[in-house]
Amino acid sequence: MAVTRGFKGRPGDARVVADRVPPGQYVTQDFPVLTSGPTQRTELAGWSLALQSGGQLLARWNWAEFEALPQTERTFDIHCVTKWSKLGTRWRGVTFDDLLKAGGLTSTPYMYVMAHCDGGYTTNLPVADLMEDKAMVATHFDGQPLAAEHGGPARLLVPHLYLWKSAKWVRRLVFMETNAPGFWESLGYHIYGDPWREQRYSGD
Amino acid sequence: MDSPVRRDWQLATATLFRQETARVKSITFEIATWAGHMAGQHVDIRLTADNGYQAERSYSIASPAGSAPHVELTVERVSDGEVSPFLTEELRTGDTIELRGPIGGYFAWNPGISSPLMLIAGGSGVVPLMSMLRTRNGAGNKVPAKLLYSSRSAEDIIYRDELDRLAANRDGFDLVNTLTRGAPAGWQGQTRRVDRDMLAECGFGPADQPQIFVCGPTSFVETVADELVSLGHGELAIKTERFGPTGDKR
Repeated sequence: MAVTRGFKGRPGDARVVADRVPPGQYVTQDFPVLTSGPTQRTELAGWSLALQSGGQLLARWNWAEFEALPQTERTFDIHCVTKWSKLGTRWRGVTFDDLLKAGGLTSTPYMYVMAHCDGGYTTNLPVADLMEDKAMVATHFDGQPLAAEHGGPARLLVPHLYLWKSAKWVRRLVFMETNAPGFWESLGYHIYGDPWREQRYSGD
Repeated sequence: MDSPVRRDWQLATATLFRQETARVKSITFEIATWAGHMAGQHVDIRLTADNGYQAERSYSIASPAGSAPHVELTVERVSDGEVSPFLTEELRTGDTIELRGPIGGYFAWNPGISSPLMLIAGGSGVVPLMSMLRTRNGAGNKVPAKLLYSSRSAEDIIYRDELDRLAANRDGFDLVNTLTRGAPAGWQGQTRRVDRDMLAECGFGPADQPQIFVCGPTSFVETVADELVSLGHGELAIKTERFGPTGDKR
């Protein structure tokens, strides 16, 4: 271990809640905004969320239909690859399990999903990381409709992976036969992104 | 663009310090091996206390693209920060920290592309953009370039003399400074927050098809990026990096 002369660190959040803060992360009370381009401003009137198997449409909901699906509230710790973690964040949305159920799917066609978003952003995920209550499409944060800069009207939320996997402005979840890199995964970021194993960049 | 290269931690030695403003210091680190970086990329650094406690942060590279075995970082001291006060006040010549990178291949300038370079910075958001301007200057690249740079006061302008020298070359680079909290007597630049009119007046138009890089505090970047879209610039031409408090604690 390379000790840095004179560095003491700041006693505080990170050590008090060490079991909730992955390696290399620090706790923030703020809610930073990390996006590669302009914030998307999506009108609810034109919004829909689709489930696809490759190019084949499996199910689609407009905003009213989506809001009518079973709603789940959850509190999560979230971890961004840019080093901040935010603890105890409150979200509401539709779990991926409930989406499958609502779409009449009793099994998933493939093992991987690519999330596609307004603005062209993509990110890849194993289906197993979305199921059994591990992920949702979230529309509310802290009791309020999700702000556009944080991914509103709806973002994917997969809190056990780095937050770039929780794609903002998600519009299509596309099952794919083989794993393939999304936007950041093609630019040197880790294909899976587990914060507890500090999988920030490819090769980690 | 996919780079499966492992980015291992390596020791970096602080060799040069330059005070840029009251709160901002540039630090050059020597690194044993450096595969090279593009202008706009950043590095991760890691500090370790003697009790084993570690802190990691990301900093943009200020030095020009290339494979020289050193990088310059420009660090703004955040008064309640954990890492920036250490880097700007405690670190001395010859001290080592751990560093890895370069990181990020999206917010990066490829000098081989001939479309104009439109750079818009708020505060210390100028750092990765300075790497682009230094790269352009060092390579004798004549791609038209504009920097619109918003600072609080004249004393807060980072790289002020160097930017003025680059602009004085008159080689296709134009500099527009704007101050948001009062200007000194004789100030030649703008004196308000960056807005739609300033972007239209001081920047390239959509017809010029510029590559646009916006870096600064979150609210600054949100405003600028929205106005650029409304002026007709393509969303994919606008690359952004946001940092710092969002102002909402939600």
